[in-house]
Amino acid sequence: MSNFTYFNFIMNRISTPHTPQVSRRKFIKTTGGFAFLIGASGVLPQIISCKSTKEIDPGILKQLTAWVHLSSNGQVTIYNPAAEMGQGSMTALPLIFAEEMDADWDQVKVEFSPQQKEIYGSPGWDGKTKIMMTVGSRTTRSFFPVLRQAGAQARYVLLNSVAQQWQVPLSELTTEPGKVIHANSGQEVSYGDIVSFLQIPEYIPEIPEEQLKNPQNFQLIGKDIPRWDIPAKSDGSAQFAMDIRLPEMLYATIERGNLHGAKPSLKNRSAIEATDGVIKIVELDHGIGIITNTLERALNVKKELDIEWSDATASGFSSKSAFAQYEKVLRSSKKGKEITNTGDFKRANRKAAKTYSADYLNDYVYHAQMEPLNAIAQVAADGNGAEIWVGSQNGPSDKMLAAKALGIEPSAVKVNLQYLGGGLGRRSYGDVSEEAALLAKAVAPYPVKLIWTREDDVQYGKFRPMSLQRLQACTDDKGEVTGLSHIVVGDGANLLASGIHNKFYDIPNQYAEVRVVPHGIRVKHWRAVGHGPNKFAIESLLDEIANDQGADPIEFRRNLMKNAPKALATLSKAAEMAQWATPPPEGRAKGVAFLERSGTLTTGICEISVNRETGKITVHHFWSASDAGIIVQPDNVRAQIEGGIVMGIGSVLSEQITIEDGRVQQSNFHDYHIARMEDAPETIETALIESQEIPQGVGESGTPLVACAIANAFAALTGKRLRHLPFTKERVLEVLG
Amino acid sequence: MAQLTLNINGQQINADVAEGTSLLWVIREHLGLTGTKYGCGVGQCGSCTVHINGNPIKSCTVTAEGVAEGQAITTIEGLAKDGQHPLQQAWVAAQVPQCGYCQSGQIMQAAALLKKNGNPTREEIIKHMNGNLCRCGTYLRILKAIQIAAGSESLMTSTEG
Repeated sequence: MSNFTYFNFIMNRISTPHTPQVSRRKFIKTTGGFAFLIGASGVLPQIISCKSTKEIDPGILKQLTAWVHLSSNGQVTIYNPAAEMGQGSMTALPLIFAEEMDADWDQVKVEFSPQQKEIYGSPGWDGKTKIMMTVGSRTTRSFFPVLRQAGAQARYVLLNSVAQQWQVPLSELTTEPGKVIHANSGQEVSYGDIVSFLQIPEYIPEIPEEQLKNPQNFQLIGKDIPRWDIPAKSDGSAQFAMDIRLPEMLYATIERGNLHGAKPSLKNRSAIEATDGVIKIVELDHGIGIITNTLERALNVKKELDIEWSDATASGFSSKSAFAQYEKVLRSSKKGKEITNTGDFKRANRKAAKTYSADYLNDYVYHAQMEPLNAIAQVAADGNGAEIWVGSQNGPSDKMLAAKALGIEPSAVKVNLQYLGGGLGRRSYGDVSEEAALLAKAVAPYPVKLIWTREDDVQYGKFRPMSLQRLQACTDDKGEVTGLSHIVVGDGANLLASGIHNKFYDIPNQYAEVRVVPHGIRVKHWRAVGHGPNKFAIESLLDEIANDQGADPIEFRRNLMKNAPKALATLSKAAEMAQWATPPPEGRAKGVAFLERSGTLTTGICEISVNRETGKITVHHFWSASDAGIIVQPDNVRAQIEGGIVMGIGSVLSEQITIEDGRVQQSNFHDYHIARMEDAPETIETALIESQEIPQGVGESGTPLVACAIANAFAALTGKRLRHLPFTKERVLEVLG
Repeated sequence: MAQLTLNINGQQINADVAEGTSLLWVIREHLGLTGTKYGCGVGQCGSCTVHINGNPIKSCTVTAEGVAEGQAITTIEGLAKDGQHPLQQAWVAAQVPQCGYCQSGQIMQAAALLKKNGNPTREEIIKHMNGNLCRCGTYLRILKAIQIAAGSESLMTSTEG
């Protein structure tokens, strides 16, 4: 953390006049444990109104603690500030904290922290403000320093108490997991036993970097510690928002149509109102909400709605014909947003010995997280407060959007984060909480469970944008790549730009630009964002140049990476794992791709075959080698890369959202095909390169490797180039002629 | 409204639901057995897989009245005592779940396979499991966990009907 220190931040908060005058020491007595000072000012609205600590329910008190709660029985409850959407934050982050606190992992319990970014956030992209967004594979890397410091401060509080109790210098105390030791006197005390004499120092210092654990001495980080959430996810007890049931809870659905931006007009309101079980009809700008007493009614009545939809920006739009429009935009002299401009591409291109140009296309893809969007909201009878249960990648966004919809302060909205049945970028915008809050307001104070059907989730989805990418490259008389130009045309501005940089390749003249053509279709971050399409284009073109020169694709990249040893190490490792030099069995070929995503460098190699009758591509093996800095949980990192590759295979071979006259054509898994077990490769091998650098993001590294690796293997096998994602059987047959 | 008696996890349970309501919504929203998940509602994803008389059935595709009165329904909560079915132990051993949402359905589907075929081949596992979707892409670990469980002698002590 820069010059901003977490502790000072908290101390400033504590000293503000708004801090409730409730003694922390009294809390100790009511809980039988102790809420560490760090961040203890994170007080919920209902606490402020409490006059006496006796009125505080211990269940609420738990939420008063910031990072950790220590019980006299030794149990250490650590709060996870990030969403758990499958990526393993529920284990990785508490593990980092426990490492520095020197907690006994067997006595650790993990809970979600409150959604209060001022307390639980990590420094945002600007380094000044705090954010609490589980996006961009930033969780482990952004929280690593925060949680090491917080864990070390928790340890300091324990040491300080013991030093005072035993009247020994703090510097003579050491810790082992779960206990404090004074070697000189032979005394030791368990963390749980410290609770009885625990004293909170008035000042908790920032622990200097050099006093944190030497990574060589890590006992939890880098070890294969089983994931905290897996037992509950194997017996059905893990709770997702979808599973919440509250007393007197009502159910809601919303019909949103399949034309994004269209406004509804309900034609049979009186008939719907007269339907048995219908409690309320809520007309929203973008859909018609139905509140009923059972879920099945809400689903049935939704189908009975007679809605006339207005036209919208997307009316008349066809995704199929959009590429012709993109072609015109490419030819236009009107430039878009410049992303990269190093050296002078135009000059390099003029002076080149040889030039290359190719277009790459991709269709819209949908998140298809297994748990459709849903939220439960309850609004106070007077409308001045609300509570929401939701699986969100960005709790503060849900809080803010719900508050705005209700016309109240965000601080009056409490968000209870639940496990996410997949996030993949879809759940970092709290639109479902906004909807749920509006519906709950109409029937306050009854709680309302709003469920999106799968059809809603597909048709009112927010898709990874379609795009057309025009790449140009040039080489000098020695065959060295001297220039690369990359222009993307599509819908979605910054969503199109990620992954367009090539800083690990030694290409002196690079130019990249994004030209935006809005269609009125909802678009959003989708696992690895622009990396999927952009790396597909870049890595494909590089392979084309290598092929043209008769160069081996690995050796060709080795030359490009000559000034990037870490990137090169992943390339060498992957080539070794895949036995690149050994020809694959008859009818198969290998393809390679390299990319950087969220700081992690990865080379991937796949081995495929193609059925020339049906056009079906089969991925037999996948090898990957990554440099992701310090690996907090090695097995979990491997799981992320494995799963990302499998998801990538589905997205590359069969996932496709098409739009006709502005209307989304797909509606469920029968016409939106994600990878099935039969599509998984026979083997996926992952290697993690040893590093002492800060952890980097891995959750999105596997997925974007797949398109380029398959396209390059396909070219090696058939001599033909696949240039349009997804590589459906029809497109494969067309390319094969 | 229909008054139904369902035999779920060895217990007779009464439910008062509108005719035509899917078994999925009855067990989740009326009875609170929320380990069984809603994923698609049209039998395309397998997240809602339960056993009816030992056979794996997507509970979104059958009505509650269709399986009332005597048919034995088993959900993830009733698969084994304390969640210790050999498959559940194998799921933990192989660290299968990521987001976890589809995994109840995966385990129920796999349990039905192992009951009929204690030592399935890789191809048999893939064929049997292919209708259960996992967006996190945990398929290779699911495969491994099924193979681990198939090699486990404790499979014979499964508590399920």
